[in-house]
Amino acid sequence: MEAVGAAGDEAALEAVRVSALGKKGSVTEQMKRLGAMSPEERKEMGPLLNGLKDRIGSALGARRDVLKRAAMETRLAAEKLDVTLPVRPSPSESGRIHPISQVIDEITAIFSDMGFEIAEGPDIETDYYNFTALNFPEGHPAREMHDTFFFNEKADGDRMLLRTHTSPVQIRTMEAKKPPIRIVIPGKTYRCDSDATHSPMFHQLEGLVVDKVTTVAHMKWALHEFFRAFFEVEDVGMRFRPSFFPFTEPSLEVDIQCDRSRPGEVRFGEGNDWMEVLGCGMVHTNVLRFGGLDPDEYQGFAWGIGIDRLAMLKYGMPDLRAFFDADARWLSHYGFRPLDIPTLFGGLSS
Amino acid sequence: MKFTLSWLKEHLETDASLDQIVEKLTMIGLEVEAVDDRAAFKPFTIARVVSAAKHPDADKLQVLMVDTGKGDPIQVVCGAPNARAGLVGAFAAPGTYVPGIDVTLSVGTIRGVESRGMMCSERELELSDDHTGIIDLPPETLDVAPVGSSYAAYAGLDDPVIEIGITPNRPDALGVAGIARDLAAAGLGTVKSPAIEPVKGTFPCPVKVKLDFPDSQDLCHAFALRMVRGVKNGPSPKWLQQRLTAIGLRPINALVDITNWLTFDRNRPLHVFDAGTVKGDLVVRRAHPGEKLLALNGKTYEFDTTMCVISDDNGVESLSGIMGGEASGCTEETVDVLIEAALWEPLNIAQTGRKLAINSDARYRNERGIDPAFNVPGIEEATRLVLEFCGGEPSEIFLAGKVPVPHKLIDFPYSEVKRLTGLEIGADESRAILERLGFEIEEGDGAHAKVKVPSWRPDVEGKADLVEEVMRIHGVNEIAFTPMEQGDRVKTKILTTGQVRTRNARRALAARGMLEAVTWSFISAEHAAAFGGGQAELKLANPIAADMSDMRPSLLPSLLAAAQRNADRGVDNVALFEVAAIYAGDKAEEQHRVAGGIRHGTARLTGGGRHWQGAAAKVSVFDAKADALSVLEACGMDVSKLQIFAEAPDWYHPGRSGTVRLGPKVVLAAFGEIHPLTLETLDVDGPAAGFEVFLDVIPEARAKATKTKPRLDLSPYQAVRRDFAFVMDRDQDAATLMRAAAGADKKLISDINIFDVFEGASLGEGKKSVAIEVTLQPTDKTLTDEEIDAISKKIVENVAKSTGGVLRG
Repeated sequence: MEAVGAAGDEAALEAVRVSALGKKGSVTEQMKRLGAMSPEERKEMGPLLNGLKDRIGSALGARRDVLKRAAMETRLAAEKLDVTLPVRPSPSESGRIHPISQVIDEITAIFSDMGFEIAEGPDIETDYYNFTALNFPEGHPAREMHDTFFFNEKADGDRMLLRTHTSPVQIRTMEAKKPPIRIVIPGKTYRCDSDATHSPMFHQLEGLVVDKVTTVAHMKWALHEFFRAFFEVEDVGMRFRPSFFPFTEPSLEVDIQCDRSRPGEVRFGEGNDWMEVLGCGMVHTNVLRFGGLDPDEYQGFAWGIGIDRLAMLKYGMPDLRAFFDADARWLSHYGFRPLDIPTLFGGLSS
Repeated sequence: MKFTLSWLKEHLETDASLDQIVEKLTMIGLEVEAVDDRAAFKPFTIARVVSAAKHPDADKLQVLMVDTGKGDPIQVVCGAPNARAGLVGAFAAPGTYVPGIDVTLSVGTIRGVESRGMMCSERELELSDDHTGIIDLPPETLDVAPVGSSYAAYAGLDDPVIEIGITPNRPDALGVAGIARDLAAAGLGTVKSPAIEPVKGTFPCPVKVKLDFPDSQDLCHAFALRMVRGVKNGPSPKWLQQRLTAIGLRPINALVDITNWLTFDRNRPLHVFDAGTVKGDLVVRRAHPGEKLLALNGKTYEFDTTMCVISDDNGVESLSGIMGGEASGCTEETVDVLIEAALWEPLNIAQTGRKLAINSDARYRNERGIDPAFNVPGIEEATRLVLEFCGGEPSEIFLAGKVPVPHKLIDFPYSEVKRLTGLEIGADESRAILERLGFEIEEGDGAHAKVKVPSWRPDVEGKADLVEEVMRIHGVNEIAFTPMEQGDRVKTKILTTGQVRTRNARRALAARGMLEAVTWSFISAEHAAAFGGGQAELKLANPIAADMSDMRPSLLPSLLAAAQRNADRGVDNVALFEVAAIYAGDKAEEQHRVAGGIRHGTARLTGGGRHWQGAAAKVSVFDAKADALSVLEACGMDVSKLQIFAEAPDWYHPGRSGTVRLGPKVVLAAFGEIHPLTLETLDVDGPAAGFEVFLDVIPEARAKATKTKPRLDLSPYQAVRRDFAFVMDRDQDAATLMRAAAGADKKLISDINIFDVFEGASLGEGKKSVAIEVTLQPTDKTLTDEEIDAISKKIVENVAKSTGGVLRG
């Protein structure tokens, strides 16, 4: 038994086993002699020897387990790696969604909950859809305020343009479907203007509701709901001021309450400042007519807001021009993880 | 539009505070953009120099003793040449902020002499550019403003200046009188604009006016002219100069200041000619091509026939409704003056002003629309002021043309207010608001009215305009937030298929480690041409920059250029994508939705650059192919049904690019390494691989009757795998091999996986070895060796037939 405990490896252990339990082992030899014994002697020695054999066997087994485990531990110790070495980042963690796309998804989540659909239209537009049908009379100074990009005049005198707002989609939608209409229209818009707050290409969100019952009161509610949801605050103070746009009457501009007292940061839903954020109003009777609707029967509201500006306000990017520069450092910093999908139930932003 | 509080109060009797007025203006649609309460002027006081002595150590300095009204005279060191004993001026004590030099004064020592304050120049107070000396007031000033009293109060500098933004529809609010009318209507007082009395002329106006538009549209509707002879022009009264200065205008002389005054007070731009320079009668006409005028701003303008001018026998004297001429302008020497008040065609004024790039107060107002009813009163008021300030004798008014009398009637059911705004207000209140604004109710019962629009409101055309008037005066704040009706909550679809694909493509590509970029829709003509674009109809007539001239035919040039910009900034190996429109033509249906992306350098799926587990390999066609297929999968395509063709547009590497097609014709995507020549054109360092997936081309999934997924059959029998390696020509493609192998038993073969591709000298010139693992999945019994052998044989035969490949020994 001592020899079992002393065996240092599996080979030594096997030698011990052979010397005790092998064909010529000491225990085996004794067992062989049992046959020659008297029944009384056998009755005494048999169980004794069998017991010895069992004890040696289990001691061998136990010892074998110990040795096997020790050998494995030695091997594992040798296999040790430096787990502090960095791994490759997961692609789904290093990729980014542009803030504009993310904000469009946020807006979509909010308005879809209010029963709006998402509509779209082409970037290259006709004068009719961009101006005339939106009640910008020919030669009107309001047209000039739009700094329009034009394409070269065609042989027939027609001149296409890059839409200066997403409002042409109002007309296209009214032409395509009957009220009730509840749409929001995110999209690219263009004006030939460029500085820190103006970019020749920018993104707008247009909204349009047309039915037989909707009033300014509903418009105020819808926009208030939107800003509460978008800025993720309990409440946000709003100020509706009479204003002017060719395609709405009455027209209003909207300021929201904010706090700009902290440098580099704007908080919404608190503070004493007002920030102008959008223009809105009841759809102008002429626009309804251009859309093929009777203004005495149908009514509704429309609004337009800058998506890039909303993104800047909510997430604090300082310069609009950086949105379109594709600087990987900027995209990685201000962009969103692909699995951060804005939902109302999970929170718009994490 | 700027005005001062005291100016407003000449038209409005009110107890309201400045804050209340400002708040109300904004809330009735006259948005206050700035209020300057002019508190900065408060510390300056009237002071008198008691004595002036030469500074002991400086030739140009004097040491003044100044009586500031507080205790003993104070010692002030002063460098102004006009400083002298007895001078009355403006004093700033230590602690005062002096705006013109941006300094807060402290007690100082100048060349060894203590100075306890400052006598200020006009420039130091930012009143003018005058810095020739300190403010030098007439001694009698002290009768009204004793030493120690407020200089600001004396000089009219304590009058707060309000600046409001006027929307294009409200020309009536471009005069202080109109603003007062709006405020009064909104309950902030009562209008008290001074009444205008006609001035009787004593002789016929010696200069006549002819409106000469024989065969074209009238660019001038009416033109009133009056002479005042024997005037003595000079500086206008202090109150007028102060008001003009407060709103940023420079007082010039009484005659000119009167025209500016009426422009802002009553929105009635006027022009005055020095009659001594006018030769013959005035003719208002279209300009002759090439006619020129040296205008009052010192610039010379050349006209064309679309423009309207006022001429006499000398030629053009004035650019109608926009700016007068230098030659006929009024000066201190003017003896006889001609006053003009005309009604111009607003659109023409706007077009001319734009063409010539002249932004004058006159243009601004004339292009928005002047109250025609105020044309004659305007010239009467101007005459009265001329007589008051300069004396003289007025002629009768000569009127050419006819003052139009607008008579716009709107049928207005008062219920419109509630219909459009939700406001529950009585007809009486609506009516009262409209009447306060100058609308007249011509007839009507309690519920309905015919409303006459006042002559100063060219913008009001229909019922909705009247609703706006009632709403803004009653108060938009009074409108309660009212939830919209829920509508149909179980909508079929919120997003269109295209929008869903856009979102899915974005998330799929970002999940592959790419950064989403948003780049300009326009690129340079050269880059557009390199990607098959550059059509004439897609070129901008007025691009903002030369390299932003053409609508892009592909997303790749923008993304490749962006990758290079990043590399230039030291950020190598970027993977960028964009989901946006490309333009094949200028029609709506020629704008296509595309998901495109590029990988630059070693920006592979697992990350680029060096790494201790092994540096990333350069990007290849297969990275781009994987990206493209992932987009297609994210957009619902079954990728196993798609075919890969080894053909792609010219901007890809001809041997390392392809297209993904549905059937032979429908191209869903292109991918590949970018052609080295294209990279050269774009000035981009390679390698780069890119792709574009044409999202609009993906067929719409067929509407399914059920959302139940097909049944899943899991075979209880063991699948069998067999490996084959074929040696074949290098040009044979893998797709053909796989198709051939699969054809051996379409039912039994459940998967084929290429696990090795190898080229080497041992195979022979132009040969390659492709090894596949074929999985056989029986569904009804275990396969026998004989059956497996039979299929294996068939696979080898099929491959040999289709590709010429032979089993490698």
